[in-house]
Amino acid sequence: MVRAQVLICGGTGCTSSGSVKLIPEFEAQIAKNGLEDEIKIVKTGCFGLCELGPVVIVYPDGTFYSRVEESDVKEIVEEHLLKGRIVERLAYTDVAADAVVKGNVSLSDTRFYSKQKRVALRNCGVIDPENIEEYIAMDGYAALGKALTEMTPEEVIKTVMDSGLRGRGGGGFPTGLKWSFTAKNQADQKYVVCNADEGDPGAFMDRSVLEGDPHCLVEAMTICGYATGATEGYVYVRAEYPIAVARLQKAIDDARAYGLLGKNIFDSGFDFDLFIRLGAGAFVCGEETALMTSIEGNRGEPRPRPPYPAVKGLFGKPTTENNVETFANIPQIILKGAEFFNSMGTEKSKGTKVFALGGKINNTGLVEIPMGTTLREVIEDIGGGIPNGKKFKAAQTGGPSGGCLPASLLDIQIDYDNLVAQGAMMGSGGLIVMDEDTCMVDIAKFFLDFTVDESCGKCTPCRIGTKRLYEILEKITSGNGTLADLDEMESLCYYIKENSLCGLGQTAPNPVLSTYKQFKDEYIAHVVDKKCPAGVCKSLLSIVIEADKCKGCTLCSRVCPVGAISGTVKNPHVIDQSKCIKCGACIEKCKFGAISKK
Amino acid sequence: MKSLAELAAIREKMQGKVVLREGSGDIRVVVGMATCGIAAGARPVLSTFVEEINNRDLAGKVTVSQTGCIGICQFEPVVEIYEADKEKVTYVKMTPDKAKEVIEKHLIGGKVIDEYTVSNI
Repeated sequence: MVRAQVLICGGTGCTSSGSVKLIPEFEAQIAKNGLEDEIKIVKTGCFGLCELGPVVIVYPDGTFYSRVEESDVKEIVEEHLLKGRIVERLAYTDVAADAVVKGNVSLSDTRFYSKQKRVALRNCGVIDPENIEEYIAMDGYAALGKALTEMTPEEVIKTVMDSGLRGRGGGGFPTGLKWSFTAKNQADQKYVVCNADEGDPGAFMDRSVLEGDPHCLVEAMTICGYATGATEGYVYVRAEYPIAVARLQKAIDDARAYGLLGKNIFDSGFDFDLFIRLGAGAFVCGEETALMTSIEGNRGEPRPRPPYPAVKGLFGKPTTENNVETFANIPQIILKGAEFFNSMGTEKSKGTKVFALGGKINNTGLVEIPMGTTLREVIEDIGGGIPNGKKFKAAQTGGPSGGCLPASLLDIQIDYDNLVAQGAMMGSGGLIVMDEDTCMVDIAKFFLDFTVDESCGKCTPCRIGTKRLYEILEKITSGNGTLADLDEMESLCYYIKENSLCGLGQTAPNPVLSTYKQFKDEYIAHVVDKKCPAGVCKSLLSIVIEADKCKGCTLCSRVCPVGAISGTVKNPHVIDQSKCIKCGACIEKCKFGAISKK
Repeated sequence: MKSLAELAAIREKMQGKVVLREGSGDIRVVVGMATCGIAAGARPVLSTFVEEINNRDLAGKVTVSQTGCIGICQFEPVVEIYEADKEKVTYVKMTPDKAKEVIEKHLIGGKVIDEYTVSNI
């Protein structure tokens, strides 16, 4: 009889920090102590606290072990599982929930989890994603059963509409409305498409759902098929997500074997089947029309809308396309009703949103918060603040299509409309935190570099416009910019936005416009004073040695890769600015703090 | 899958297996499993609790976990029962048979078996 379960995270984050190696070691140690019948090992999806991976949780105590290495396993088995003593050395400590260490408090009391509300991620890190029966035990497929046997397609759509769910891929279009458009169109064949082509740098919430709770997506897409009259679905997922693809494929195979996909599901006469299509990693394929073109077997390029996918989508048939996270909310909405969902959030943005926290923040990972939570709560409470005592400068949301929120907007309530009003956007939910050492012009250049690379080239404003825009930014960061360049930059941004064919080009200038709006003084400093206030843009800074602090230890001259530092022992050294490549190696080596960027 | 009943049957069957991860049953049974406890026979006591609670379908209500040395080694095996809003009950010198009795009378019947508690020694 199983008395305890060891949950080991098998998400991509923990897998790359070595969690898979822990499983055979746990098995071996458990066998060695004769506990095979008492302890069960479960490989789960992502717990969200990727920073601390590999993560291991022991139930029923709920003890959270972080950064567990192979060599720690023996101790956990012998101490905790055999003798019931928590290995405090490895237990996650949290200032607000000291008791977690003692193992008698659930994880939900920690600062990282207490302000979160898990709807889309409810099963991630809780169930074994490769075991369909565990999903069923968590009320899995009950929503599908309810929809097929108790509700009409119109009732399903009305419930989704009443819930206030909006597209989680970034656009924020009301999901129920989208479904109703497809439902209205008559056709011999309709499709459901799931956009799992998660391309924003730093965003990985879709991957987590696919890896941690793939059946949830299968169930939701089947419900969507029933509501809109579609009998086939496609999941378009990046080939760079091998674990997600494998688990989703297993989920689809198992669902077929259990009769939850296929003909006559729940004896309702409704047929539905699901297929995976792999994307090759082009960012533009996350745009809905390009994605469908790619599924059809063509080069992933967008096409003009209208006609919208609801009229003429995949293979020219009416199609509903939603993002993974949007779908992940559906089973809960059907099962618990629209009120369950619309009781959370703000007036126009209901429910929760998953964010991938990254950048200069202590708790890197995945968090799901009710809409309306403030940026400050996300960064300071859940995220645990900025490392090394640095100051918060800005948060970037929406990736290459989004914008920045400066410190003055820390108390903004996060929802679709508030973010757009500030020139940022929800996007798919990447949230990159930047500290005082970040140059905002450089950040804009970074994102633009990405869109220049990823522009498919079909329309001129995006193909050439973004390239010219990038060149202006390069001019500014290299110290050759003028005030006239700034004006030209701004007008080019608006031109690209207004004239591009698809969402990629229409949003590509956002990082530039938003940083220009919020941090205009930094742009001015680059072109007028020829200074980079954050000390990032290499052409605009010089590294100098303060003569009175330098002891003449010669360390810096020995570490300099280009031989730019000269001086004799016990005498102040000097940097030859014409040779210096500003690599900063000397700053790191100096024991007296005599070298700094100016 | 042809019926909701089939789905419900799988759910019933599996629920006992995932319920451990919900973390908090209404009642928590904690068995002292330090060296002193194990030496005095805590292991069979623990497995009796785990087995009986599963057999009697109490898994959703009662959580069994283990702890280290409580400090009263001479009275091991020690079992503590925590229940919300109630005082902790500490049973001492437990055996598998006593464990079954505790499940029957205390966990199900709601009546503390005074003669096995620490206060009675």
